[in-house]
Amino acid sequence: MNNVDLNTIANNYTERANTFKRSVVVCAGTGCIANGSMNIYHQFIRLSEEKGYKITVALKKEEGGDTLLKHSGCQGFCQMGPLVTINPEGIFYTHVKVDDVEEIIEKTLKNGEIIDRLLFENQEKGKIAHQKDIPFYAKQQRTTLKLCGMMDAEDIEEYIAHDGYKMAQKAVTQMNSEQICDEITRSGLRGRGGGGFPTGFKWSLARKQESEKKFIICNGDEGDPGAFMDRCLMEGNPHSVLEGMLIAGMAIGADEGYIYVRTEYPLAVKRLRKAVADANRLGFLGEHIFGSEKSFQINVFEGAGAFVCGEETALIASIEGKRGMPMPKPPFPAQKGLYGKPTIINNVETLSSVPVILNMGTAQYASLGTKKSSGTKTFALTGHVANTGLIEVPFGTTLRQIIGEIGGGVINDDGTNVGTDFKAVQIGGPSGGCLTKEHMDMPLDYDNLLEVGAMVGSGGLVVMNHQTCMVQIARFFMQFTQNESCGKCTVCREGTKQLLYLMDDIIEGRATLETLDLIEELAQTVKIGSLCGLGKTAPNPVLSTLEHFRDEYLEHIVNKRCPTGQCTALRSYEIDQSLCKKCSLCMRKCPVGAISGSRETGYVIDKNKCIKCGACMEACKFNAIKIA
Amino acid sequence: MHTFNIIIDNMEVPYEGEKNLLELIRKANIDLPTFCYHSEISVYGACRMCMVEVNGKNTVPACSTPVSEGMVVKTNTKQLRNLRKMIVELMLASHNQSCTTCAKSNDCQLQAIAKQLGVDKVRFKQKVDFEPVDYTSDAIVRDPSKCILCGDCVRVCKEIQSVGVLDFANRGADSKIVACFNKGMGEIECVNCGQCVKACPVGALTIKSQVERVWDALHDESKTVICQIAPAIRVAMGEAFGFQPGTTTTGQIVSALKIMGFDKVFDTSFGADFTVIEEGNEFIDRYQNGTRLPQFTSCCPAWVKFAEQYYPDLLTNLSSCKSPQQMFGSLSKQILTKELGIAREDLVVVSIMPCTAKKFEAKRKEFSKNNNPDVDFVLTTQEAALMVKESGINFSQLRPGSFDMPFGFKTGAGVIFGTSGGVSEAVLRYAAAKLTNDTEAEFTQFRGDKGVKIGEVKVGDITLKMAVVSGLANARELIDKVRAGQVHFDLIEVMACPGGCVNGGGQPVSANRNSIQERSKGLYDNDKMLQLHCSNENPYLQKMYAQDLDPHNIHEWLHTSYINRKRIQHEEVPLSEDSQDKPLKINICFGTSCYVRGAQKLYNQLMAYLKEQDLMEQTAISASFCMEKCERGPVLKVNGTVLEHCTIEKAIEAINQVTVSL
Repeated sequence: MNNVDLNTIANNYTERANTFKRSVVVCAGTGCIANGSMNIYHQFIRLSEEKGYKITVALKKEEGGDTLLKHSGCQGFCQMGPLVTINPEGIFYTHVKVDDVEEIIEKTLKNGEIIDRLLFENQEKGKIAHQKDIPFYAKQQRTTLKLCGMMDAEDIEEYIAHDGYKMAQKAVTQMNSEQICDEITRSGLRGRGGGGFPTGFKWSLARKQESEKKFIICNGDEGDPGAFMDRCLMEGNPHSVLEGMLIAGMAIGADEGYIYVRTEYPLAVKRLRKAVADANRLGFLGEHIFGSEKSFQINVFEGAGAFVCGEETALIASIEGKRGMPMPKPPFPAQKGLYGKPTIINNVETLSSVPVILNMGTAQYASLGTKKSSGTKTFALTGHVANTGLIEVPFGTTLRQIIGEIGGGVINDDGTNVGTDFKAVQIGGPSGGCLTKEHMDMPLDYDNLLEVGAMVGSGGLVVMNHQTCMVQIARFFMQFTQNESCGKCTVCREGTKQLLYLMDDIIEGRATLETLDLIEELAQTVKIGSLCGLGKTAPNPVLSTLEHFRDEYLEHIVNKRCPTGQCTALRSYEIDQSLCKKCSLCMRKCPVGAISGSRETGYVIDKNKCIKCGACMEACKFNAIKIA
Repeated sequence: MHTFNIIIDNMEVPYEGEKNLLELIRKANIDLPTFCYHSEISVYGACRMCMVEVNGKNTVPACSTPVSEGMVVKTNTKQLRNLRKMIVELMLASHNQSCTTCAKSNDCQLQAIAKQLGVDKVRFKQKVDFEPVDYTSDAIVRDPSKCILCGDCVRVCKEIQSVGVLDFANRGADSKIVACFNKGMGEIECVNCGQCVKACPVGALTIKSQVERVWDALHDESKTVICQIAPAIRVAMGEAFGFQPGTTTTGQIVSALKIMGFDKVFDTSFGADFTVIEEGNEFIDRYQNGTRLPQFTSCCPAWVKFAEQYYPDLLTNLSSCKSPQQMFGSLSKQILTKELGIAREDLVVVSIMPCTAKKFEAKRKEFSKNNNPDVDFVLTTQEAALMVKESGINFSQLRPGSFDMPFGFKTGAGVIFGTSGGVSEAVLRYAAAKLTNDTEAEFTQFRGDKGVKIGEVKVGDITLKMAVVSGLANARELIDKVRAGQVHFDLIEVMACPGGCVNGGGQPVSANRNSIQERSKGLYDNDKMLQLHCSNENPYLQKMYAQDLDPHNIHEWLHTSYINRKRIQHEEVPLSEDSQDKPLKINICFGTSCYVRGAQKLYNQLMAYLKEQDLMEQTAISASFCMEKCERGPVLKVNGTVLEHCTIEKAIEAINQVTVSL
């Protein structure tokens, strides 16, 4: 294949795009699609035909028309979806419905008129018309995610128009492997998948291995509860992942790569497959790439549905067709990986950052973030927070900024916004730990988080309000790791199981202070003794909640009381006599006859008989039944 | 090799190429407990018992850590002691602790290590999955409730035997080991070698006992109960009574068996002498005619089943000789019954074997007559030792007894059958005697415990190319090379168990890591001590050939045939109800290849046609999985007629031919 002129493709694309007065970008991330965004996309096409308003579908490469219609990857603000952006003004419509499309065409597309009803609104600023003014976006620094949500993920030409594959071409035709490794080392990029191992250094380890065959694997087996950063990247900007892999391949001397994607991410699989086909067509992948003597091919591999396959050695076993179980290290994959060949496994975000870094210049990238954790990091912001979604901030950003400004404040169970008054933030998923208000102003980076017993992990940020029971949270993650343990090594398999039983003892009121000692001892055993990272980090949620919320544990154990009232077995129901209207409904609803009394004397709950089912509370029309 | 010293628990220990830290620690005479480490299979690193502290900071598993210079290793810190104890506690919490009634009691590593580490309580919730015990196999019993998921059986079966019938299923706390397709051990490709039983540190895999059946026979006054003991028993059974591995206790065994009530005690080596003659003659014949070479030995029943499953094309190359156990059984039921003047049914032949697969062999249909087997019961060494113990016999103090005649007389050639290379050596001795009249010739080059032994041997003026393999993975590798034409041999001896029968699945569990070599040495010592070393010199055997045997009954009594087991037999899945006695029988292949070639569509069309023609009532439809005509699929059978590249038109035509005659 002859060398394709990237500039020509880019210029042609831009020239054509400039002929349109406006463009409409419908978000086609999984969140918005689930809310019906593809129906909106098709409604635009249908109505343009019916109403005689010329809308050109970007992917069809038609000429003429007034407005260009695109669907993009995740725009980040999933909670407000389906999202529709109208450029060049940057008008940002939220919660768009199919019925709104006609109005959007008539008012906004034809006349530039803004439809107030569809705008984002917050207490402070009222209605906000433009994306850039919404605090959720204004406070972010979208770098790796920049193109994601703006560009059509399935259009390779648009990616090229945004300088796509320029760096890959440079890496293939103008740089040697050592130079690439050095560049990445200088940028200070660290693995975004969890451990934070310096990427450039990792590559140079594999580069020095003598082998005819080497592999690059992109780890897209994202499985942490509440994490979806990698999914958004693969869906929203698949070409950046391919380009990163290609550059990594050149850096270590590999000619083949695998993208291991969770099979639960069908859209990512589809878009990656299309991206690989397009890149092959243009000669960026395959043989003689960019007209050189080099070759690089990429296979998209669907995972087998196990969390543990995110672990390097288990992932390799899975690609090889074996049961996804980790192997003891050494040998490390960089020495002996896939099919026994030197293999580099990088996370999606790490690889996707590579072309971005080279494009902006390593020095500039290194200037972002903190000294030891350079650059930006994506987080999946979820939980009890006003704005949930996919965000990207420089390392060193604080929880105060993330929760207060981007997240728009913590939401209590009754719906009130209490600003930054959170109880805890779980970071790093089931391997991570929790942060509390004392960490509110701590700059978030790899090393600070490790120091306080948490980790960046893959970047899940779950915000919890004061109505959250931390014992329940720890139990939730324990349940997760227990289910997802591969079952190979004794301490992880049996240890997580027993830890879960012990957590249940606390939650169900059977625990004693010895239980707590045993939990701590067992957690240490699992941490030290496990074979792979899953087990070694599995006790973290328990250990970190124990560290920060020991009193809450003690309250459960000693006083058999859950301060948040979340643990049903520890609940104690009482009738507030001042609110009670003596209607006797609760007495009649109680399935075990634990409520007695009369209109004259009032009603009481016999705590020995009560089975804590909550039927009385549900029945009471006067909110007279309270959890003590 | 770069050598250096490292520090282990304050001792300087020289590194001499040990493959991992655990081996070096053991060399320093510190016995780190492990459940999943066996030097002969791959490192698995799952039990986490061998964790050690390196350089005061890293806690690593010794089994999967390479030794490097400057290491300072501690094996016994407070943290490590607590870790090990807790791991044992965790194991016990999900282990069926019915220890007193467990077959593995006293030989159980979990029991031993719990005691060794002073585990005196289990602080965790006892949660055992009591799945049903699998008794389907003739050789092996599997009790999942005892399993500690160390994976030893999985790796032994896969790596040593290349059979791989056991593997992990499910995940996390639900993990378990299952036999393939979640079937019983007796319903799958298990070759019954029992190496998994040997590897199992607990009682999850045990030998299927026939002890009670044998006691019943002994207590039955109407039966004459005789016993044959295999060569490898005499050098191993003593271990159950405190003797060192390799110590010969033949005399004590004979005495004990007599005390227990066996009417006669004979020697399987006598049968082995017959095997040598028959197999030797067969080999010389094939060699001289240049046919069916290489000849494979056939005395190992696990190997025979392995060949039947994976190399059915080579079954004609297997020696047609029965194994020594079966030759003995057949001759005793034919000849001994006459001598004793009793009916076949009243003679009970019990063998004591080092082998679990012999239990399967004795039950093969080829080896019984009128539903009466040539060998009635097979006890392993372990079971025989248990019977001696149950009888309260003070084994070590017994006055040695001697075998009964004539079936108790053997040559040294019959004794060395019990170790890898022994059969070849014995056959070579006979060949030399027959071809060159030299009864003194020695052929020791196939001795030793290597898994593959290859060499050329000169017998008279011919040079024989021979291979001796033990361990079925070794066998598979060698046979694949033979089939590919890369190597050529005249005779190949195969034993399933590494090292041969001395290391059989029914032998006593030994803590001594050299026990296999010691037992082999014991057999060669036995050979030396015997008067005769060449099977054809056995006078009782000569007499039997002269008096009782003729070419016809030699074939019937001493030779056998094999079954192609490549496909699971009788695995048709009925798709219609009441499939019996329907005039129209349709069988459709739903193997992957036929499926891809449209078997499902064909099936749908067929069903529509049958319904339309109102033929459903008269039709039995079944599915099968692969008729091995993959490239000619979809394949359909209509009343036995095979239709290849079948279309609905072809099917209708065939159906019409049947229905015309209805």
